[in-house]
Amino acid sequence: MSITARPELTHLQALESEAIHVMREVAAEFERPVMLFSGGKDSIVMLRLAEKAFRPGRFPFPLMHVDTEHNFPEVIEFRDRRVAELEERLIVASVQDSIDQGRAVEETGPRASRNRLQTVTLLDAIAQHGFDAAFGGARRDEERARAKERVMSFRDDFGQWDPKSQRPELWNLYNSRIRKGEHVRVFPLSNWTELDVWEYIDRERLEVPSIYFAHEREVFERDGMLYAWREGAELIDGEKVFSEMVRYRTVGDMSCTGGVRSRAKTLAEVVAEIASTRITERGETRADDRVSEAAMEDRKKAGYF
Amino acid sequence: MTLDLLRFTTAGSVDDGKSTLIGRLLYDTKQVFDDQLEHVAEASVRRGGEGALDLALLTDGLRAEREQGITIDVAYRYFSTVALDGSSGRRFIIADCPGHQQYTRNMVTGASTADLAVILLDARHGVLEQSKRHAFISALLGIPHLVVAVNKMDLVDYSQERFDEIVAEFSQFAGKLGARADLVYIPISALHGDNVVEPSSNLSWYENPAGPTLLSLLETVEVAYDHPFQTPARFPVQWVIRPQGVPGAADYRGYAGQLASGALRAGEEVVVLPGGQRTKIAAIDTYDGELEAALAPMSVTLRLQDEIDISRGEMICRPDEAPEPTRELEADICWMAEAPLRPGGRYQIKHTTRSVSAIVEGLLDSVDVHTLQRGDAPQEMGLNDIGKVRLRTSAPLFVDPYSRNRRTGSFILIDEASNGTVGAGMICAPDA
Repeated sequence: MSITARPELTHLQALESEAIHVMREVAAEFERPVMLFSGGKDSIVMLRLAEKAFRPGRFPFPLMHVDTEHNFPEVIEFRDRRVAELEERLIVASVQDSIDQGRAVEETGPRASRNRLQTVTLLDAIAQHGFDAAFGGARRDEERARAKERVMSFRDDFGQWDPKSQRPELWNLYNSRIRKGEHVRVFPLSNWTELDVWEYIDRERLEVPSIYFAHEREVFERDGMLYAWREGAELIDGEKVFSEMVRYRTVGDMSCTGGVRSRAKTLAEVVAEIASTRITERGETRADDRVSEAAMEDRKKAGYF
Repeated sequence: MTLDLLRFTTAGSVDDGKSTLIGRLLYDTKQVFDDQLEHVAEASVRRGGEGALDLALLTDGLRAEREQGITIDVAYRYFSTVALDGSSGRRFIIADCPGHQQYTRNMVTGASTADLAVILLDARHGVLEQSKRHAFISALLGIPHLVVAVNKMDLVDYSQERFDEIVAEFSQFAGKLGARADLVYIPISALHGDNVVEPSSNLSWYENPAGPTLLSLLETVEVAYDHPFQTPARFPVQWVIRPQGVPGAADYRGYAGQLASGALRAGEEVVVLPGGQRTKIAAIDTYDGELEAALAPMSVTLRLQDEIDISRGEMICRPDEAPEPTRELEADICWMAEAPLRPGGRYQIKHTTRSVSAIVEGLLDSVDVHTLQRGDAPQEMGLNDIGKVRLRTSAPLFVDPYSRNRRTGSFILIDEASNGTVGAGMICAPDA
């Protein structure tokens, strides 16, 4: 870059710099950070930001995926490939293991989901590895409880979030002091919107899992959402499996993440689609947030991502 | 330079219509999604509305807030006016601060990163104590632009006379603030949308060079980083990059950080504080390649010509404009904890990337946020109190007065026992 008479700093550069600053603060002030990586678009952006923060060095933390084993196979394949390219270390914390050990109990019925169970696995993994800071890709624009979230958010030794007594967060000065057994969740993308994430993916030419682009898939419709048909899924009376052109706006479990009808096959088309969409990301695609007005708030208080 | 991102804060008393204003900004800039609107429509009916959309419900947050009809904490909202064709516009981050409970703590938090504050008044009530407090805190936190939005103009028949009265009253008060902020008054009705996003024929008497609406003002106001070449460069070292076991990078040593202010160029001479060693910038690295120069607030990595032992918490600046390292500070403190601040108290202080211990040497004065008078030194400072304090630190800090530099003039105090963030500090100029 050369300095011109009127240098420009785009909002993406400002957001990028803020996120890099947050990551370096955490790396410097915590003993054992970890970065959560699901293979979804937000965590893909986090990985690029970590490269920008720490290269040519290695990441000063491992990556961790809380795996429900109900993920889209395309995403798991992408996850492993991306980690290998980066030559970084990935820990896979398994929800199945939590179930096998009796730490979590599988839900039953056609609407069963492992979404809530992830909290148990996540908190156990944080305790087991002694992690004191966990980076997550959550954004404040996603959901109303998240709009109240700090960039560096304190969790007590039960992993709980207490929205009523959060530490004030002033300027770019983060208070990283905690006691043993407590930890913080850190959200470098707090101030990014869904559109910012896609524009950044476009700008950085980042690879994303193929399910983010329009593709032909076997689906069934439930509560106005299109769910991927998979081996073992239970249909409720009257539901039929049919073929549809869909893409995914969020990557979660196959059991609770809906696809949207779409023709967007390229990054540019996805960006255009997001820019003109009339429905929020979570409202359109996440059954887990439809349980009640405060579904996310309740899960967050219990220690969810 | 123009930055296409504006962070602003909104403050107002409970009934000034702050939530309605934010809802109106989001709604009229078409940032409200269909499913959110559906939710608001349902909730409007449920809460006794007669078919009219209650836009304030768009800012609903936590369950306790919905139940009690209050705002508990700062919430952050996002909207943009960037058009699809890429034509000019801006991204906006709103720090929505509750005006009542814990108001100082929350307002200071929201104001600390804001470039602009919208202070809401009710046209029927004029300038209230609380509006004065909001203006005072905005000025204290160095927000460069204040917008006084006189809301509910529909309830005073869009009267120019009433608006002029309020402007006169507020101006008289603003003179006492000592604020260097630029101040703009604007008549609006958030409920009906007059002069928020759309110009209003009801208020055709109102004239403003930036345009008649609040949004046109938000879109054109200059952002703090607009003049990086006129501010001294401050580069707090945040993280040292020394790759181990990475082929081809074994000799690499880079100092990573975010420029707190100003600009640095490759090749220029710099000094490292506190050691005072001089060297030159060999290169400014980023993941995307080397830069000729870096500007605040960019995050970059500096390589230096000489091998100097530098760690986190040290600061790189230009020799002719470096701050004097100091262990004695006078600062305005906003106290944010139940346990009082007393002389002799010991805290952790975090300033830029540097954490040291601090002892409270003395309380120098207190600010009455109702009258804006600075009074005698109190025995102690309680929750939400503001006053000037003298501190001594265990190691030198590299500071600037807050009035000149919001990044290197600010710090937080942390209680070593509770680990809570208990104070926000703004360093005073030596003669102030």
